[in-house]
Amino acid sequence: MGMTITEKILAESAKRSRVIPGENVWLNVDVLMTHDVCGPPTFAIWKKEFGEKAKIWDKNKLVVFPDHYIFTKNPHANRNVEVLRQFAAEHELPNYYDLGTERYKGVCHIALAEEGYNVPGTVLFGTDSHTCTSGAFGMFATGVGNTDAAFILGTGKIWERIPESMKFTFSGKMPPYLTAKDLILQILGDIGTDGATYRAMEFDGDAISSLSIYERMTLTNMAIEGGGMNGIIAVDEITSKFLADIDVNDYKTYQSDPDAVYHSKYNYDVSKLEPLVAKPHSPDNRDTVRNVAGTKLTKCYIGSCTGGKITDFYYAANLLLGKEVKVTTFIVPASTAVAKQLSEETISGISLKDIFEKSGCIIAESSCAACLGGPSDTIGRSIDGDVVISTTNRNFPGRMGSKSSQVYLASPLTVAASAINGAITDPRDFL
Amino acid sequence: MEKKITGKAYVLGDNIDTDQIIPAEHLVYSTSDPEELKKYGHYALSSVPADGAGLPNGFTPFIIGDNYKSDYKIIIGGSNFGSGSSREHAPLALQVAGVKVVIAESYARIFYRNSVDGGFLVPYVSKEKLNDKIKTGDIIEVDLESNKIKNLSNDSSYQLFSLGDVFEIVEAGGLFEYARTSGMI
Repeated sequence: MGMTITEKILAESAKRSRVIPGENVWLNVDVLMTHDVCGPPTFAIWKKEFGEKAKIWDKNKLVVFPDHYIFTKNPHANRNVEVLRQFAAEHELPNYYDLGTERYKGVCHIALAEEGYNVPGTVLFGTDSHTCTSGAFGMFATGVGNTDAAFILGTGKIWERIPESMKFTFSGKMPPYLTAKDLILQILGDIGTDGATYRAMEFDGDAISSLSIYERMTLTNMAIEGGGMNGIIAVDEITSKFLADIDVNDYKTYQSDPDAVYHSKYNYDVSKLEPLVAKPHSPDNRDTVRNVAGTKLTKCYIGSCTGGKITDFYYAANLLLGKEVKVTTFIVPASTAVAKQLSEETISGISLKDIFEKSGCIIAESSCAACLGGPSDTIGRSIDGDVVISTTNRNFPGRMGSKSSQVYLASPLTVAASAINGAITDPRDFL
Repeated sequence: MEKKITGKAYVLGDNIDTDQIIPAEHLVYSTSDPEELKKYGHYALSSVPADGAGLPNGFTPFIIGDNYKSDYKIIIGGSNFGSGSSREHAPLALQVAGVKVVIAESYARIFYRNSVDGGFLVPYVSKEKLNDKIKTGDIIEVDLESNKIKNLSNDSSYQLFSLGDVFEIVEAGGLFEYARTSGMI
């Protein structure tokens, strides 16, 4: 009996010849990532539990990004960044990306990819549920809490239950009005927010092979919205080219065996899919954009680990070129590298940054910003009864700030089209 | 570990995510300072929409006024309890508020792990849907040896799934205690 790509990677990490879904194994962790919200409590637990003997298992494998509550006057939030800074200094951490320096990167999941921490075949744990994003690189990546992270910090090990795998195959040629965000919203509508709980979500098919690495990251990023333990896409030429460009060349690649056993398999023909939204207040509350077209908006938001990558801004800029937005529209590049690209990359000779500025968008500095609400002075945060359309990942009650706001999740194409009209709009109206 | 836990039930619907359990704006407080820690209890479940707060009637606050302790020791949830973000502050907030046990039809993975590994509370899985049978304010007795709960307000009882593999971690009081007992660290 064959194994899935997730089972093969976990078997290797557990130093076993094979693993079976449902069994608990102790994994050897390759990278532990944390940030300003969960880093301070993680370090506190590690100090308390290991006491005098507290030792970081491998400094080179710990990566720390301040990214959540960054540009705020909130004293408690600023104190958390100071805790990271002091910890990094005290332990001479090589992989700390300090705020206020040139090393500052922005949103952790995108920075992990840009900085070469996403290495195929390896096992990455992070104190953030969207750590599953890294699975786009043919690796196992998942989120944990502070206690688990503190345990890893001291031992390099963690127990995990081997997940069953679900396979999602997308065939056909991607139409110009469809993005990876529409594909994952399609899946979430089909399986619900607990349809993949404790399972691996594996994506394949020729439509997936045609996607850039950043688009693939949108799929694996939202695996957690289905409850998934991890999302994963096997390495191909697009992955290896991306990695070669940032000098990551030494890694193992795995593929699922043809006779691997799956919990379930889903097949989609992308030519038959439509632009989608998730209506308030759940990522699985799927509808077609056309069904909710005309819904009046008060804010549009393009940003986050899900929808703040350079590919997301290309999609949006293509529609916004030469047009003006009718409602307040926030552009929040996930990372400082993406922010730099906005100035460098052009459409018809105009930089993306200029396109956004001329269309009336507000460009913010790189961080998680209003994706998760944040302190009250966070840019883009929803207030009162705001009606927002956003490229982010969650629209739970109060997620983007105000408990009484309504948040629609959609692709960058749909958000841009909606910004032009001030009401939810199918991108096909502009393509 | 206590063998029996008795307390008032607070009943919630399906898909109670961690943003509802502890809204992200409150994640800035220290988890080691005893005074600041109280904030987590105070804001526990503060983003649950009012009509779903304390079923079946709703509009029942979990925390009253400036308190950080709740009257309710036992949470009865539905399916997919604790979905969303990885914030360990979620089971921590419930613990600070005085919650000892959550009983739900299913859990999101990270919330479940955090509850067990952090030793915050006991996450039981019920064998049937209970959030339409138990009412907020009912007095519930949880028997951790027989994996049963009894509703003392109307004398009905229900079976829970055993904690299985993770019982040893729950019994030890968390992952670190378990690892020390078993000689791992």
